[in-house]
Amino acid sequence: MPEPLLAVRALDAFYGDFQALFGVSIEVAPGEVVAVIGANGAGKSTLLKCIAGAMRSRRDAIVFAGSPIGDEPAHTVVARGIALVPEGRRLFPSLSVEENLVIGGQLGRSGPWTLARIYELFPALAERRHAPSTSLSGGQQQMVAIGRALMSNPKLLLCDEISLGLAPIVVREVYARLPSIVAEGSSLIVVEQDIVQALKAAKHVYCLQEGRVALTGPTASLTREAISAAYFGA
Amino acid sequence: MNASFRVEHATRSSHVGTVVFAVGFVVLAAAPAWGGRDDLRLLSEIYAYVALASLWNLLAGYAGLVSVGQQAYVGLGGYVLFASTILAGVHPLVAVPLAGVIAGVIALPVAGLMFRLRGHYFAIGTWVVAEVFRLISSQISALGGGSGISLPAGIVTAMASSRQMREFLIYWVALALVVAVLAAIVLLLRSRYGLALTAIRDNELAARSNGVDVTRTKLVVYILTAFGTAMVGALIFLQKLRISPDTAFSVNDWTAFVIFITVIGGIGRVEGPIIGTIVFFLLRQTLADLGSLYLLMLGAVAIAVMLMAPKGIWGLIAERFGWQLLPLERRLRFAADARTT
Amino acid sequence: MEWINIIVQGVLIGGLYAMFAAGLALIFGVMRLVNIAHGDLIVLAAYIALMTTDTLGLNPLIAIAIVVPIMAAIGYALQRALLNRTLGDDVLPPLLVTFGLSVIIQNALLEVFTADSRRLKAGAIEVASFPLAEGVWIGVLPLLQFVVAVAVIAGLQVLFYRTALGRAFRATSDDQSVAQLMGLDNRHVFALAMALSLAVIAVAGVFLAVRTNFDPAIGPARLIFGFEAVIIGGLGSMWGTLAGGIVLGVSQAIGAQIDPGWQLLAGHLTFLLILAVRPEGLFPKVQG
Repeated sequence: MPEPLLAVRALDAFYGDFQALFGVSIEVAPGEVVAVIGANGAGKSTLLKCIAGAMRSRRDAIVFAGSPIGDEPAHTVVARGIALVPEGRRLFPSLSVEENLVIGGQLGRSGPWTLARIYELFPALAERRHAPSTSLSGGQQQMVAIGRALMSNPKLLLCDEISLGLAPIVVREVYARLPSIVAEGSSLIVVEQDIVQALKAAKHVYCLQEGRVALTGPTASLTREAISAAYFGA
Repeated sequence: MNASFRVEHATRSSHVGTVVFAVGFVVLAAAPAWGGRDDLRLLSEIYAYVALASLWNLLAGYAGLVSVGQQAYVGLGGYVLFASTILAGVHPLVAVPLAGVIAGVIALPVAGLMFRLRGHYFAIGTWVVAEVFRLISSQISALGGGSGISLPAGIVTAMASSRQMREFLIYWVALALVVAVLAAIVLLLRSRYGLALTAIRDNELAARSNGVDVTRTKLVVYILTAFGTAMVGALIFLQKLRISPDTAFSVNDWTAFVIFITVIGGIGRVEGPIIGTIVFFLLRQTLADLGSLYLLMLGAVAIAVMLMAPKGIWGLIAERFGWQLLPLERRLRFAADARTT
Repeated sequence: MEWINIIVQGVLIGGLYAMFAAGLALIFGVMRLVNIAHGDLIVLAAYIALMTTDTLGLNPLIAIAIVVPIMAAIGYALQRALLNRTLGDDVLPPLLVTFGLSVIIQNALLEVFTADSRRLKAGAIEVASFPLAEGVWIGVLPLLQFVVAVAVIAGLQVLFYRTALGRAFRATSDDQSVAQLMGLDNRHVFALAMALSLAVIAVAGVFLAVRTNFDPAIGPARLIFGFEAVIIGGLGSMWGTLAGGIVLGVSQAIGAQIDPGWQLLAGHLTFLLILAVRPEGLFPKVQG
């Protein structure tokens, strides 16, 4: 059986005294799209933050391409090839659209994603490249955030609630780009509260409930009832 | 259900503390009987620093207004004393509260300007104000200009019949002043203003959204602190018998030492400045005349404390043992409770 | 004519004040820290220049090339070892730690160099001057210092808005945790910012040492001048800082002309006046 690209093993996470994750284990194979769904506060963002290094964990709780990285800080994790599109987009307000993209690539990792390629993927951004990043619409800002993460040529892209605050038609536009991203060689973890798009895009799904994996399996084989039960808790 | 309650402030340790303070007060009040001239002078200096540090602590540790310019009010107090006694024939001991009142009045427009600055910039702004006071005072030739002036003998002898009586008198006033300052601070913190201050200290935004008028509370604290600081300043220079712009508005004497005392003793707790002053004077007695090396070490110790034990000596003790020396806790005691402490 | 000379002198020294201010504003912009030891670091730079010129026999203006890297290295180390640990939401720790640092630097310099007043000699350039117009003379050294100040500020602008390092500064200042996601190590970025600030301070310190007598105690006054220039000019704008420095310099020059004892006071009063009527400064940058 091929080695998974990412293996999260029995991950616990705490905010002070509050435990947000209890022994969470997930796997992502190379070239795979995995969805992590769950209600508000289920621990989805926490999981992504731990993977990305924004929160420190036990060293062997997170294994990426065979190396344990659980205790590494965010700036070394991204050098290894994991990029996070943060919840709420969090563009840099002092930087223009193009500067946001360029700084995403400041590590200089080689790969298919260049500034030109990003503008090909998101043509609307090319027209507004010098505008202050925060002057764009929500959907365009989301594209900048994704582009910024892609500029580091990640092997694994983490998308934290990219549909948040966007109109359904815009959400569809954004999700329509995901296959191109996978085609260029990145694996994806897509975290969503809105499960429709997530389930359409992903081959494998994990459902978190109050910090635990309540359900997992290939998307195709899971029933609506099972997902609902796992999502809300029986 | 109608629950009636009252607020209790004391704990067992604060009972002990209050007793210690009471006993200490009696002993210190009797100091003219058991102590010599030098002892009285040293004690007066200690009282002055306890008062100044407590006031700075109230301003910075509770109201969050970190000023590095309180020397403005120390010097102002001194100069008002000298000016009113020399130029207007006011009795020196009346000049002390007068200095406080004038400082309080001046503090209002100063605050109006300074409150336009935030955080670090506020701190430097207060320093500028102190510099302005210093420069203005060195322009006043009636008070000696840049070289300063001594208190005329006539004013000094008019205070009491003998030199010894004069020294006792100033000593008692110094003791009374520090006790008054501490008592006022404790009462303020026990009042609703105090509750507002503690809320501001913990989380200004949350305090504001709970209806605390943050600006007004800070203004009141700033003015009261100026009032107290100036009175202490007036007394300090009454004792020194001489004033000059550089000594009156010295950053080292009235701000650096005060800040280090409070940081080392424990910011944000009333006991902190008291502990800090004791530590400071113990160090000074043992390290004697090391001059600039002493200040250097003090600065290094303060930095180390700030980085490694930011709550200071008393903060460590209070957290470890849950003690408080003064009754400042707040507990709700419901009528239905039959429990005792 | 006298008045035009006064104004010109004021403008030129304003350049020096703007340099004091630039280092201060840079640090505040990147990490919201106001370095109370800023003025004392300027004095430290002056003493390092003194030691350099004494041992190597160089002209102080050449010695800048040595003092700058030394100060930059000190800045990097200072931030990494000490000041990074004070950063956070609480205003108190960085303020108190830099205040303690100020006291330490002043007293260390006092121990090593005593309170004697010093001055660096730059040779003939100190007294050289040329006529700008009828009866108006400009000293070559003050003019040089002003030009250098403008160059430094222009250089900082270019750095901030057209280089990768500047992008890193702006991004880290905007959002520290997301900047980490870009591969930026905050501790390193902040240390670079402090190194840059101290490099600017180094240049300012050497010019100060050539221009006036200096001793360990004059640091706080330089901090205040820099601070006043920043506030008068307006937060967030480097060119505003230059304007603020000039306004301060001119105020002081006018004050000195009225009465020598009024020089500093005039500057402070101008600052307080601006604070009273236009607290956002003369040229504040409006953030989009």
